[in-house]
Order: sequence, then C-alpha cells, then structure tokens
Amino acid sequence: MTKFFQTLMDGMAVGSLYALIALGYTMVYGTLQFINFAHSDIFVLGAWISYTIAVAMGYALAGTHPPLYAGILIMLAAMATCGVAGFTIERLAYRPLRKAPRLNVLITAIGVSLFLQNVGQLKWIFGTQPQRMPSVLEDRVLANVAGVQIHLVDIIGIVTALALMLVLDWLIFRTRLGRAMRAVSHDTSVAALMGINVDAVISFTFVLGSSLAAAAGFLYAMKYPGLNQPAHATWVLLGLKAFVAAVIGGIGNIRGAMLGGILIGFIELFGAAYLSPHLRDIYVFSILILVLLVRPSGILGTTVAEKV
Amino acid sequence: MSLIVCRTRLTSAFALFLLSASLAGCGGGGKSETILIGHFGSMTGSEATFGQSTDNGIRLAIKEVNAAGGVLGKQIELKTYDDQGKSQEAGTAVTRLITSDKVVAVLGEVASSLSLAGGRVAQQYGVPMISPSSTNPTVTQIGDMVSRVCFLDPFQGWVAAKFARENLKAQNAAILYDQAQAYSKGLMDAFDEAFKEMGGTITTIQAYTGGDQDFSAQLTTIRQTNPDVIFVPGYYTDAGNVSIQVRKLGLTAPLLGGDGWDSVKLAEIGGSSIEGSYFTNHYSHQNPAPEVQNFVAKYKSDYGQIPDGLAALGYDAARLLFDAMNRAPSLGGKDLAAAIASTKNFPGVTGKITIDAERNAQKAAVVLEMKDGVPAYVTTIEPAP
Repeated sequence: MTKFFQTLMDGMAVGSLYALIALGYTMVYGTLQFINFAHSDIFVLGAWISYTIAVAMGYALAGTHPPLYAGILIMLAAMATCGVAGFTIERLAYRPLRKAPRLNVLITAIGVSLFLQNVGQLKWIFGTQPQRMPSVLEDRVLANVAGVQIHLVDIIGIVTALALMLVLDWLIFRTRLGRAMRAVSHDTSVAALMGINVDAVISFTFVLGSSLAAAAGFLYAMKYPGLNQPAHATWVLLGLKAFVAAVIGGIGNIRGAMLGGILIGFIELFGAAYLSPHLRDIYVFSILILVLLVRPSGILGTTVAEKV
Repeated sequence: MSLIVCRTRLTSAFALFLLSASLAGCGGGGKSETILIGHFGSMTGSEATFGQSTDNGIRLAIKEVNAAGGVLGKQIELKTYDDQGKSQEAGTAVTRLITSDKVVAVLGEVASSLSLAGGRVAQQYGVPMISPSSTNPTVTQIGDMVSRVCFLDPFQGWVAAKFARENLKAQNAAILYDQAQAYSKGLMDAFDEAFKEMGGTITTIQAYTGGDQDFSAQLTTIRQTNPDVIFVPGYYTDAGNVSIQVRKLGLTAPLLGGDGWDSVKLAEIGGSSIEGSYFTNHYSHQNPAPEVQNFVAKYKSDYGQIPDGLAALGYDAARLLFDAMNRAPSLGGKDLAAAIASTKNFPGVTGKITIDAERNAQKAAVVLEMKDGVPAYVTTIEPAP
C-alpha cells in the first residue's frame, strides 16, 4: 500500500509538470493548427534560465535556505524571459509564414528547435555540461504517512501547476481576451472580420504558452536539480511526452491537456513501479497509439465549441 | 554550436589535407616530419568530462614525448574529434580520422558503446585503435586492431561485489542500471553473478535509460526490499541524480558504482547526497607511488585540476602507443597492432600493464569513497589468481 500511495504522489508531481508543458502545445495548435516543436526547448530554456538566475543571485550549492520570495522571483523572471522568447520566435519565425502551407511552418518549428538547442550549448550561454541547480526552495519531507513521503517541493510543484492552470482556465473562459482567443481558434478569418486583432491574439497565445513552459522548467529544475545540458535527448523525450499528453487529452483542448498530462504521469510511474521499469517510455507511447486508434480526437477532444 | 564546430573542423581538416598534399608534392615524395595520431571522444554532451579528461591526458603524454625528442625522431601530432557521446558520430569521427587525416593510430573512446562503433571502423581500415577506458568485453572482440589499457567489466563487477561483501559486509544488494549502455549492463551482469556466488542476495534489479531524471518508481521498489547497498553502475550525471533521489526518499544504504562515476561533476551534481558512496576505479590520485605523484603534479600545473582516472588512462594509452611505435618494425597497421599486443609490464600510472592474448590489460582495481566532494582511496583489489 505504501508503494501505491508513493507512486500516486510521484505520478501526480510528474504529471502536473507534463500538464503545464502540454498546455503550450495545445494552445498553439488550437489557434494556428500546427505543432510547435520548439515548445519543449522553451521549457528547457525556462529550466536553464532559472539556474542562471539562481546562480547569479548567489545561491550556492549547499548554502543556506533562501527566502521563499527568491523562488517566486526566479520563477517569474524565467516566465518573463521565456514569454519574450516565445513572442520573438512567433514574430520572427512563424508570422512571416502565416499564409504559407502548414508544412513550411512545421519545418520552421523544427529549425527553431535545433537553433535553440545549439545556441544553448554555446560556452557563454549554458554550455555543454550538466549543472546542479541550487536548491532555491527548501526541500524537506512535509509528512511521512506510513512510509509515504510527501515532499515540500512536490507540493509546491503541484499547487503552483494547478494554480497556473486555474488562472489560465479563468483567462480563457471568463475574460474578453480569452473569448478573442477562442474566436480565433474557431475561425481566424471570421474573428478578424469581427474586429479581433488576430496577430495580437496569436502573440499573446505564444507568450502565455511559453511562460507556462518556463514555470514548468523552474519546477522541474527544483524537483530534479541535476540539469542535463540543453541539447540532451532527455529534454526532447520530455517534450514528446508532454505532446502525447496534449494529444491524449484532445489537442486544442485546454482542459484536455491538463487531464492528459496528469494521466501520462500516472501511466508512466505506475507502469514503471508495477509492470517493468524497462518499458516506461513505451507505456506512454502505447497509450498514444491506443487513443489514436480508439478515439483519435482525444479524451476531451469532442466537437465542443470551446476549442482554443 | 555543433554545426559551427563541424564547419570549422571540416575546414581545418581540409586545410590539413591541402597542406600534407603540398608537402608531399614539393618534397619529392619526402616524408612529413610528424606522426599524426587521432583521438575521438565525447568533448561535449552529458559525458563531456570523459572526453576532455582523456584528451588532456593524451596531450600531456604527447607534450612529454615531444620534449624528449619525439618518437622515431619525429614529433607526435594529435587530431581530436568530438563524437558528442553519440555512437553514430563516433563511427563518423573515426572514418574521418583514418580516411582524410590518415592517422597511424586511433585512441578512444571511454564509453564502450562508442568504442564498439569506432572500433569496427578502425578494424575495417586496418588501423590500430587503443581504447583507454572502455571496459565492456566485446570491445576488443572486434578484431586484432583493437586493444585497451584498462581492466574489464566482469573484473570490475567482481571487485564491486567483493568489496560489498567483504568490506561493507552487505548481505542484500539492489541494482539500478542504465539499460541503454552496454557498459552498465555488463557491470550489472557481473555484479549480479559475483555477489550471488559470494553468498549475497540480490533483492531487485531495476533499470533506467541514460539521461532519465525521474527514478522515483524504481527507487520506491528498491526501498521496499530494504537493501544494504545499492549498485548503480551508470555514468556520473545519472549517478549524481540517482543519489539525490535516493536520499530524498529516505534510503540510507550506500551507493556503489563503477569507473563511470569518475568525474569532478559527480560531486557537483550529487552534492551532499553522494557523500559516503563508493566506486571502483583504475587509479587513485592519492596513490603515493612517485610515478603517480609525478603525473598528478604535471597534470595539475597544465590543467589546474586533479587528474581523474580517465585522464590517467588517456595518458597511459598514449604512452603505451609510443612505446609500441618504438618497438614496431614499421608504423603500418599490422606491425603496430602486433607491437601493441606484445606489450609486457608497461609501467603506467594506472599500474603495470600487460596486454593479454585477447588484447585486454591485466591489472588491479582500486575502490574510492566520496568524502568532502573528493574520491578518497579506500583499498586496492587484485585480480583473483
């Protein structure tokens, strides 16, 4: 039973991070109908920017516990930086191709992804070495219920992820801007006819998705402080799993992405804990195949009106 | 970055080609005044310190031999290519070293999977290759061109098991290995077999894929089996990450690893979590023998850091190669490979090296303990007679 609840806890912690990344994939798909392959690199950027800021702020490896606001500050700074990066990428790489065939944009996205990976490896950016993220948030065992350990970092991660998702949900379904986003995702040209500034809405979508990915990057770096170098295959795999989460939930559907992320977290960890750890990536991708066969539009991806 | 580097390397390779062509042209078929040897290694990537340390060791050996007049009266020149820790790149790097740079011998790699990729190419072209530190048995089984100056995984796994049983008095051991690495799998098999043979119990064998950052499912399973020691025969980045999560989960058993842990990065990433864990290695920089201390001092003054085992093996591999060049009737592939294979009792900083009939080195291993971020010498374990 201990194992079951520990796995549940870990699955939730991993899943909420997948969900945060999946949101960016799904939002861009909702508005532009293309898969932004550079999104996982924005997530990596978020993690590495958090590292850079934390080191610049002088939080040494085994130093004292920095105050809580330091963590919040670093996360917000990473979110802002990645928001700007997302905006710039959309403006420079994707907007000129707005009228081009969709395949061109897709290939450009792969190009942007390679560009970010390789620039990130430069000596004066992040370098080619793995680094240890300073522990900005205090990590201790909050509670130990019959051997099930509940870590502060995991709780902070889950709570932050859920809070951000709630804010996003409110933003999209309860505000004018959100309504504009939904309108653009519904029908870009009609939305433009109704006086919606489509370019601004698309830019905003990228900023939003990128800053959520940055938040995920920060939380990830807190949970797994040994950061792999920016072009490591692990990051690509993580991005792919988040993408699978978006597809499983129903690509283009915000709530679907959240559900898909958490589901993937559970599938991966329960599979690894109870079936075999050798195949943990395989469970995730098998589920993808299954969903695509049985329910190609994803779990929540019905023909609902709200598609963003 | 890799794109840019490739471009400049290509250009320099091309320039070198032009240069050698022009030299040959004007010298009336005269020989060049240098002997070119090649090194392929992971200069970038998550095992970057492997390639960099090895390269430093090789360069130190070359500097010394050149200062002493070179080999056969010629200066040695080194060409290094980065394989980024990827096996497809390793094959390409060796092909380029042999076909376009025309090196007489190749040194590399650390990771067994990459030595296998590069070794097949070297064998195909008939150019001798010495792996400084690949410990998987299959590496030298490629053919007569490939040899090595380090011990093998079955021996290393046996040493780890012996140390766990006799020094740590461990009865139960759990294993967490990297299923994507031939090296890790080889050590796992050897440890599993030896530990059981010595009367211990393996509680569970769990796997991860190199680069994974989440080990919670595997470690939760391991925790349930309550082992006395956890054998983690992976590379240092992963081992550091594993150690963090092991301690987070409240497991107190020491971790035990192999020479893949040997990097200054292990302590940087693992921090306090890796303290008190052990790994088997090729040499200890704390060995008081004069040749070791001499090497450590020279390395420190050149590179500003303590040489790890991979630097020492790179140094030994290069020096053993020069020794073989001096003994070989010619620098042709067959002659040179035969000279390398007939090496007896070569005094290396990692111990006396004798190349056996399978072109493997017979030598002892040391066990180190992580103490205050530095691997401290614990004991030496000799091969079973």
